[in-house]
Amino acid sequence: MKLTGAEIFVESLKKEGVQHIFGYPGGVVLPIFDALYNQKDIKVILPRHEQGAVHMADGYARSTGKVGVALATSGPGATNTVTGLATAFMDSIPIVVFTGQVPTPMIGVDAFQEADIVGITRPCTKYNYLVKNVNDLAYIIKEAFYIASKGRPGPVLIDLPRDVIASKTDFYYPPTVSLRSYNPNYIGNRWQIKKAAEAIKKAKHPVIYAGGGCILSNASEELKELAELTDIPVTLTLMGLGAFPGEHNLFLGMLGMHGTYTANMAIHNSDMIIAIGARFDDRVTGRVKDFAPNAKIIHIDIDPTSIRKSVHVDIPIVGDVKLVLIDLIKELKALTETNEVIDEARKQWKKLITQWKKEHPLTYEYSKDVIKPQFVVEKIYELTKGEAIISTEVGQNQMWAAQFYKFNKPRHWLSSGGLGTMGYGFPAALGAKVANPDKLVITIAGDGSIQMNIQELATAVVEQLDVKVAILNNCCLGMVRQWQELFYGERYSSSLLCEIPDFVKVAEAYGAVGLRAVKPSEVEPVIKEALKIKRPVFMDFKVDMFEKVYPMVPAGAAINEMILPEKKEKKEKLKAIK
Amino acid sequence: MTHILSLLVENKFGVLSRVAGLFSGRGFNIESISIAPTLDPSVSQMTIITSGDDRVIEQITKQLNKTIDVIKVSDFSDQDYILREVALIKVSARGADREEALRITNIFRAKIIDSSPTTYTIEVTGDEKKIEAIVNLLRPLGIKELVRSGPIAILREEKNK
Ligand SMILES: Cc1ncc(C[n+]2csc(CCOP(=O)(O)OP(=O)(O)O)c2C)c(N)n1
Repeated sequence: MKLTGAEIFVESLKKEGVQHIFGYPGGVVLPIFDALYNQKDIKVILPRHEQGAVHMADGYARSTGKVGVALATSGPGATNTVTGLATAFMDSIPIVVFTGQVPTPMIGVDAFQEADIVGITRPCTKYNYLVKNVNDLAYIIKEAFYIASKGRPGPVLIDLPRDVIASKTDFYYPPTVSLRSYNPNYIGNRWQIKKAAEAIKKAKHPVIYAGGGCILSNASEELKELAELTDIPVTLTLMGLGAFPGEHNLFLGMLGMHGTYTANMAIHNSDMIIAIGARFDDRVTGRVKDFAPNAKIIHIDIDPTSIRKSVHVDIPIVGDVKLVLIDLIKELKALTETNEVIDEARKQWKKLITQWKKEHPLTYEYSKDVIKPQFVVEKIYELTKGEAIISTEVGQNQMWAAQFYKFNKPRHWLSSGGLGTMGYGFPAALGAKVANPDKLVITIAGDGSIQMNIQELATAVVEQLDVKVAILNNCCLGMVRQWQELFYGERYSSSLLCEIPDFVKVAEAYGAVGLRAVKPSEVEPVIKEALKIKRPVFMDFKVDMFEKVYPMVPAGAAINEMILPEKKEKKEKLKAIK
Repeated sequence: MTHILSLLVENKFGVLSRVAGLFSGRGFNIESISIAPTLDPSVSQMTIITSGDDRVIEQITKQLNKTIDVIKVSDFSDQDYILREVALIKVSARGADREEALRITNIFRAKIIDSSPTTYTIEVTGDEKKIEAIVNLLRPLGIKELVRSGPIAILREEKNK
């Protein structure tokens, strides 16, 4: 029996085990929506903006490891997916996005709602396709899911012209694909791994620096085993949070621009960095020239282009993080010799680290009168026992969430790291909730970012996605304001938001629940109530506008040149002036 | 330093822009690029002349290898290769200059492929130096148009095997 392109789309997704699609309709994709209407296996969730759809697919993918799927119409529908694709691309998230296209004979004539989405998204997708013939459709879908999820994952876009959607052919879904031009290397080179193991044994001041690659390759167990076996402390990137238990005594906290004092000092003073599934992003290295001047670097990554892109690497190992760690642990276990000089140096190193931890822990000054944003995050952590899936927006809220919520498990932290997309957090949380209906899902947001996809509150209410949003409402674009205070002579150009809108009323207008806390004593009761209500809730926390994220490595500084929190007196003075 | 990269790529639409986009998106330099099908019609061969320090070339090679649709990348620079380029030169040729143009053409073992009462069109094949040399000699006669293919390259076989 012959099937239409639309029917092949549905059947192919079923073969891929897809259970949810985030899709927004429009002219050319109506036959697809019609085909989806007639079946029960795939549930379609209607977002209120195509950007929301892609972030939902992304949150779905990050929280499960499965490929997320979104669908949009041609032209404006397609262009609205670009920020979502770029977000997923920068963080290596496996999603497949389908867009409609004008009929093939009309491509290139500036037809109504035509956009060259394949051209537009070429630099922000791992791969993309324009399907020109319905006979290719099933194979392309198979290939797209393969490319999205294999090797270093990433977003793939498939553009479907109207006539391809409507034409008919025999349906055959290939069981496997093989691409002569795409064969990622999974197994690390044995000799390199041996060399790495020997170097680790000889290191006096080693640190493990692990990133999002550990989450993507499901390597948390192996990472923990490596750290415990070698007794080497671990720092994580923003993308890596949850790959190593946040409460573990070997954990140093996050590193980088807003990393902990201990993590940044440990990296800077180390003689060996074991980089695992991380890419030496500029927010991590600070001024590259002065990054870890005495360290030898072992770098494990599936993507050879990540290695030696910004820093020199002594022992590169290309391979899947999990598989390489398994081999590395084996090699290390075989090296039983001990060396007193090194043991003693390691002891001193750990002592130094303990001292750093004690001298400069992550802190903030609690206040009885005004809610400190860090206090809200701490309370959320406490009241959820660290079990919630947390998504964030971008800015101070993101950094405080990263610093003060301790993640003990992978895939519980959803944050736009590479692109830093305001508007990511809330839809991503909804996608995660769709995938994990039994888990508690919370967004930590700023009053600026939440407005970038606030319309998805409608999706939350209609689909009964019981997600809680904690808005750290500082009445400004906090991170921008912080930079303006520190580096632009307190000229707050276009960064004040003037307490608009009333988020409680917005929530209510959408049929959700709105709660507000103005005093520190109200924080806990508000969170407790939100957790009790089985509906979407906006929690509006009126927080201290002047609070800043510390430590901070200013742009262009080395990571040991951190600005630390000001002393109390100075702060009081600052406030008096304002 | 200049590098000659020889690529085998899938012969699909969009491949050239994928490869070119990789260079432009990362600020890498392309001095010339040429592409044509191989014996296997599903595969095309691309020759790219680029330049950069070792780190840049390492990134370029890795990024090309990572690009889906690129089957194989080889850097010819440290190897024994033959490089050729074709140039088509339309030159003024009146009176005595006709004789001069013919003479230069013969010296370079080039060919006259078209002629009019006032012009010759000359086809010359060779490496960059040879093409520049003939262009310099013809210039005084008045070059009306110059079209160059950009270089293509192939490895030499080992002789004493
Ligand atoms: C789409 C987008 N536009 C602009 C920015 C630049 N930016 C980074 S943080 C920030 C302020 C965020 O303000 P808010 O959401 O209120 O969070 P806060 O920093 O106050 O916690 C801005 C404008 C961005 N990251 N993303």
